[in-house]
Amino acid sequence: MDSFHSTWAPLLYLIAGILFILALRGLSSPATSRAGNRNGMIGMAIAVGTTLALLWGDLDLTTWGLILAGVAVGGIIGAIIARRIPMTAMPQLVAAFHSLVGMAAVLVAAAAFYSPIQFGIAGDVGIKGASLIELGLGSAIGALTFTGSVIAFAKLNGNMSGAPIMLPARHLLNILIGLGIIGLLGYLISVNGQAPWAFWGLTVLALILGITLIIPIGGADMPVVVSMLNSYSGWAAAALGFTLGNFALIITGALVGSSGAILSYIMCKGMNRSFISVILGGFGADDSAAGAGGPAVDRPFKKGSADDAAFIMKNASKVIIVPGYGMAVAQAQHALKEMAELLKEEGVEVKYAIHPVAGRMPGHMNVLLAEAQVPYDEVFELEDINSEFSTADVAFVIGANDVTNPSAKTDKSSPIYGMPVLDVENARTVLFVKRSMGSGYAGVDNPLFFNDNTMMLLADAKKMVEDIVKSL
Amino acid sequence: MKRALLTLVAASVALPAFADGGGIDSTVFLAAIFALACFVGYYVVWSVTPALHTPLMAVTNAISSVIVVGALVAAATVGLNSDNWVSKILGTVAVALASVNIFGGFLVTQRMLAMYKKKGD
Repeated sequence: MDSFHSTWAPLLYLIAGILFILALRGLSSPATSRAGNRNGMIGMAIAVGTTLALLWGDLDLTTWGLILAGVAVGGIIGAIIARRIPMTAMPQLVAAFHSLVGMAAVLVAAAAFYSPIQFGIAGDVGIKGASLIELGLGSAIGALTFTGSVIAFAKLNGNMSGAPIMLPARHLLNILIGLGIIGLLGYLISVNGQAPWAFWGLTVLALILGITLIIPIGGADMPVVVSMLNSYSGWAAAALGFTLGNFALIITGALVGSSGAILSYIMCKGMNRSFISVILGGFGADDSAAGAGGPAVDRPFKKGSADDAAFIMKNASKVIIVPGYGMAVAQAQHALKEMAELLKEEGVEVKYAIHPVAGRMPGHMNVLLAEAQVPYDEVFELEDINSEFSTADVAFVIGANDVTNPSAKTDKSSPIYGMPVLDVENARTVLFVKRSMGSGYAGVDNPLFFNDNTMMLLADAKKMVEDIVKSL
Repeated sequence: MKRALLTLVAASVALPAFADGGGIDSTVFLAAIFALACFVGYYVVWSVTPALHTPLMAVTNAISSVIVVGALVAAATVGLNSDNWVSKILGTVAVALASVNIFGGFLVTQRMLAMYKKKGD
């Protein structure tokens, strides 16, 4: 082994790993984030360059052709998607990207399984036991990530209903599949990897597990699912990093794995649900029946028009806007920004309040507001702004519902009891833009609609905001 | 956070010396790096501002495509027996999939981050 293989290449991979750490570090503030992303790109270039240099002697014309064709096809597709994708579709894009990482992990694990010598994992007979564990786990987690992400994509993209699909005895089924994967991996090790059927068997079982794990999870829990799959794609990469003995891959796997895990935790906390209960699935299915029990829609409520809303806000001194997923669906963010600008010209102080689980993925609302050129220093997180509602004249709730529901604080029987919510009812007037009087995603009634200081603006979010802009 | 980073760097540079001289098992050595990187990841990710959680997911997606190094090794398999050809083809497809993610992930992150403006920018 020459010194490049033993010393310089590992050091270069280490540098790539450190650049990836710095890429995430940059995201601590929008000001440093762009430089962070560049660090990530440089890290990737170093990792790829080092690998090609290591393989230099093996690279014949055919191989170069295959690699360049793969990079060109993949790269062009990726670049086009990145340029064209609307910001509202970011959750499904991220889910789709997770599925690709998962599939790539399966393919790499399979390749290592078929060519152990190339990957340096050949034992005296067959493949080394430790390497079999690593690539078996890499393939299984990758496969699970792949199908799980495909289901998450279909649910987020509307190809599949967001409603949970309950399989009979699903917990038992999942446990049996899990045991099957472990059993096949054990068998594979006992025969030194001389059983391709066992390798493919465990991969197929993991593919099935990805489906059975994700289909019972409802649409409202998708932020947790997307974060969790993010984490899995990291652990799959890390497992293969062990097979390849590659620092960059191991460090990255650990970073991505912990990142996804932390985001899942934050999302669960935002909904006051335990990670286990989300993963076991079924939220919304049994609960909505209980929540929709009372014929609450018959209760009297105040209905307002765009002119009323414009009048109230023009005469306010402070307006806090609370956007939710409904804003994203209606693509109302640009009109909303226009409304905020007009209000600011009238001397009104405008702020935005974001709930951690508003939208379909962590930070989704922030990106949409940034797209509409809302300055990020006007946008606040729940804990930073919640006390300010009592000093606000107007809380303008647009496309959000459950995250403002006061019964989360008072009604112990409510399915969302204990979830941190925005205290919009403390504002002098609450303007609630909503398509209809129906309940929210979690299927829970919102008593806020019937408060004396609440005015319901029943219309499509974008159209309503545009009408308000006109009458301002 | 900085200290965690320094520890990782120091450990990674110092460990190979032990690995050669002291005969540390290579898997244990890699596990040490992995464990330390998990801690670094924990601290770095907690310091990410919630406003950037979507770009965080996009960029972690992009960097997890560093799995492309494994795909390249597979695509470069030499020899003409049928098993090696399987690896070569699997590797090539994996290179293409990872490339979608590398280009797509970094570019979409860049596009998102370019939109975050301060008041008056």
